[in-house]
Amino acid sequence: MAHTIRDRSAPLIEVDDVCKSFPGAGGAEFVVLDHVSLTLDEGEIVALLGKSGSGKSTLLRSMAGLIAPTSGEVRYRGEVLRGANPGVGMVFQSFALMPWLTVQANVELGLQARGVAAGERRARALAAIDVIGLDGFESAYPKELSGGMRQRVGFARALVLEPDALLMDEPFSALDVLTAENLRNELTVLWARPEFPTKAICIVTHNIEEAVILADRVLVLGANPGHIRAEVAVRLPRPRDRRSAGFEATVDQLYAILTGRDEQSSAARIASPGPLTHPLPAASVGGLAGLIEIVYAHDGRADLADLAGELSFEVDDLLPLVDAAVMLGLLEVRGAQASLTSTGRAWYTADILASKEIFAGVAAERAPLVRTIVKALENSEDGTLRDDFFRDLLRGGYAADDIERQLDIAIDWGRYGELFDYDADSGELVLSAAVPGR
Amino acid sequence: MTLLRPYSADAALGRARGRYLADALVLAGMAALFWLLVRLAHGVNAPFNRVSAPSSVSTDPAALPYYAARSLLRMFVALGASTLFTLVYATAAARLRRAEKVLVPILDVLQSVPVLGFLSVTLTMWLTLFPHSVLGVECASVFAIFTSQAWNMTFAFYQSLVTQPRELDEAARALRLTRWQRFWKLDVPNGMIPLVWNAMMSFGGGWFFLVASEVISVNNHTYALPGIGSYVASASEHGQVGRMLLAVVVMVAMVIGVNAVFWRPLTAWAERFRVENAVAAEVPRSVMLALLRRSALPALAGRGLRPVGRTLDRLTRPFGLAEYPLQEHPRRRRAGDAAFVVAVTALVGWGLWRMLGYVERHTGLGEFGHAFLLGLATLGRVMVLLVASSLVWVPVGVWIGMNPRVSRYAQPVVQVLASFPANFLFPLFTLLLIRTGISIDVGGIFLMALGAQWYILFNVIAGASAIPTDLREAVTSLGLGRRQRWRSLIMPAIFAAWVTGAITAAGGAWNASIVAEVVSYRHTTLTAYGLGAYITQSTAAGNFARTLVGVSVMSVYVVGLNRLLWRRLYRLAETRFSLQQG
Repeated sequence: MAHTIRDRSAPLIEVDDVCKSFPGAGGAEFVVLDHVSLTLDEGEIVALLGKSGSGKSTLLRSMAGLIAPTSGEVRYRGEVLRGANPGVGMVFQSFALMPWLTVQANVELGLQARGVAAGERRARALAAIDVIGLDGFESAYPKELSGGMRQRVGFARALVLEPDALLMDEPFSALDVLTAENLRNELTVLWARPEFPTKAICIVTHNIEEAVILADRVLVLGANPGHIRAEVAVRLPRPRDRRSAGFEATVDQLYAILTGRDEQSSAARIASPGPLTHPLPAASVGGLAGLIEIVYAHDGRADLADLAGELSFEVDDLLPLVDAAVMLGLLEVRGAQASLTSTGRAWYTADILASKEIFAGVAAERAPLVRTIVKALENSEDGTLRDDFFRDLLRGGYAADDIERQLDIAIDWGRYGELFDYDADSGELVLSAAVPGR
Repeated sequence: MTLLRPYSADAALGRARGRYLADALVLAGMAALFWLLVRLAHGVNAPFNRVSAPSSVSTDPAALPYYAARSLLRMFVALGASTLFTLVYATAAARLRRAEKVLVPILDVLQSVPVLGFLSVTLTMWLTLFPHSVLGVECASVFAIFTSQAWNMTFAFYQSLVTQPRELDEAARALRLTRWQRFWKLDVPNGMIPLVWNAMMSFGGGWFFLVASEVISVNNHTYALPGIGSYVASASEHGQVGRMLLAVVVMVAMVIGVNAVFWRPLTAWAERFRVENAVAAEVPRSVMLALLRRSALPALAGRGLRPVGRTLDRLTRPFGLAEYPLQEHPRRRRAGDAAFVVAVTALVGWGLWRMLGYVERHTGLGEFGHAFLLGLATLGRVMVLLVASSLVWVPVGVWIGMNPRVSRYAQPVVQVLASFPANFLFPLFTLLLIRTGISIDVGGIFLMALGAQWYILFNVIAGASAIPTDLREAVTSLGLGRRQRWRSLIMPAIFAAWVTGAITAAGGAWNASIVAEVVSYRHTTLTAYGLGAYITQSTAAGNFARTLVGVSVMSVYVVGLNRLLWRRLYRLAETRFSLQQG
């Protein structure tokens, strides 16, 4: 294959010990990237794989020079970036096309920014449109195109500039499965051509199979705060066969890493879990019940990769559910294998009142924020506290949006377990009169 | 674009012949417009003498078309100025971090200040700038209209700039567009829809200020500009009811005409800048735009202008890329911030001190207390107005909004009513007050309501028509009675729309109080006890210190009410009574 012959030595983009934090609520710093280093070399495709909240998009944007690292530096061909990276083309998840410009004008935009004369601009844009399979759509507006065609415009707009590196932020996740597969294949075909001007590709994804199909190297990112957990080289021959043993082994390996214990996250370093170090995974009670039901139907054991494939779920959809089930002690995960615990089995088979009691018990014991809320309400004079009290409490560990999300999840769980109720008008959390299961 | 394809006007015009016809119509229209501008420009630059300047205009109906055209020209010049101001001010506020801290609060206050009170001050300024030409008074009038339009438009455009979709911003930066390119390829198109719609609304409100500013009384002297507002004023002075009615007809025709040949095509054209990929429920359409699209002339003109665009693109290159520097020195930045805050605070403090000193010297600070008392009277009027208009118009608005067939006909009528300048009718209603002997203290409420009430009706119609059908069906299937229906569905569903309407109506009413609390017909002048009358009288008497006191106190009332009442209601409407779920 052409890409393996290319020179692998010259680093194109270097990320050197980068930290990125955003000002959180109440003056607290919220760390997104924690001492991350990586290099993008000529001739390789690198995938950044991680759950949501692992800072993978932030990392890609600092490589593109769109956001500044709080500390550390990003270099392009040895030069520290001081603005948008001149050597990259960006492809966005939401396409990011100017809706008021035609396909042709959208593709020409970057050339216009470089001051290319009108005639040459037109010719080069037409050539790029031709390569990417958009002939006949030059004068169409983006809103007239399907998602797949829009993303083709996104590719053409990036590739017409003949960038050294192509940076892609979940480029296929807004597309339906077949369209995504089709575009991925075309991208690999383009990449294999010797005359393809782009020298390296970096793709952000939360789809494990996508990473294995495209990448020479997969960097797995962990969350809280974002850091690189593992690097997995993919040495499978191209074009890659999803059914080959090597492919499946790599996918399982990545699943195991993603669901496994993360030694470097702050959660693992602290002995007693608290609401600040152990965020509640974004899972609804209904979603949890669905997951447990499916695992139960599989005789209480299931391979996570198979499960995801079966449900055509992606990591972002499945993992929060798995994490929540593990946190509550309903599931156990070893490698990429999930199995139902006795509590999980009891919860699923109980009638509705008993199942609520079981849930209340595990949530009040094992979900840190729920436990904190219940304790605080019990210690308050009349079993009532304002939600702002808990907001203040969470301020040290989360950005503003995440605080709301954490509270929402805790309230959802607490309400289902009838541990406490929430009055949205007055913003008050009220301890339920008779707490079941105690 | 498929927006205008299924259109009856298209079918009526044949293929090729329609093309030529369209060309001919566009050409004729442009020629007529040009001729009109040349004629009007002549009048605008007429020589002028401060002492002998006319204080009224002829009421000959034959002069009315010319007056109407002069008024229209003022409106459009003001619109042009507002647009230019909007683009510059909003961009500065959105792109310059430190400037934002000052520019946005200024805008917030300017929005609430009763600008009519400042008319006299600005007139003095413009007269000094153009001492020997009518242009000075013209500028004062245009400026008054400008102040009624610009703030809203600027705020809308600023909002569009700061809420720009993040990925479009990133795409523009990753493509390394220059500042100039970004402005025209992203900022302006992205803000086009809010800009156009707000301009249209503000233009409607501008008529009121046009009528109020064509006859200006300042320093015991009255200046009248040829225009439809001054025509009504003269007719009222001479007690010519027939001619006043004629002017009302011409005014209505103007409002509808401008809507048809200018705003409809513009809003229909702006649809192409809609970001959402879904098609809007109701796409505005326009015969005028269809005609322009048929004709080859606009495209020809566009091609002619292309080299100009290219040159500008090249010339603006040195201004650099639309980028923020990635590296910043936090310490230097903080020092700069501190210096900036100190400078601004010092400036504001100094200005306030000077102002208070001026007031102390010329009327005494006790005037503030007096003005606050007067403000209570006007506040009472505004509140009565809001309650009364709500009681009348909410049921009507709900009825119209929930009957799609009625609302299709009623909506345009209400729109015209809302932009029709109510002060145009003041002389007629003053006559009515004099005849019936109703006190202006009560009648003033009615005069203020003439313009303000429509905002409530207009918004309630919009709110009621947006109630989802499934909710209405659910209420029907539950068999709720009329009272329960109102309590459980209609009132919560229209609450947000009502709040929006009431805010606009209250703002309009405060401004209207300046012209509604002192009214005259022939030789009778009625004066109400209120802050509006206080401002008008001190302006006419040339007492600048008192005008300043009156306007400041009214601003305090408006801003205070916004903070204490409206903003809370608005938040309640957004969080508790929003129809969006989740």
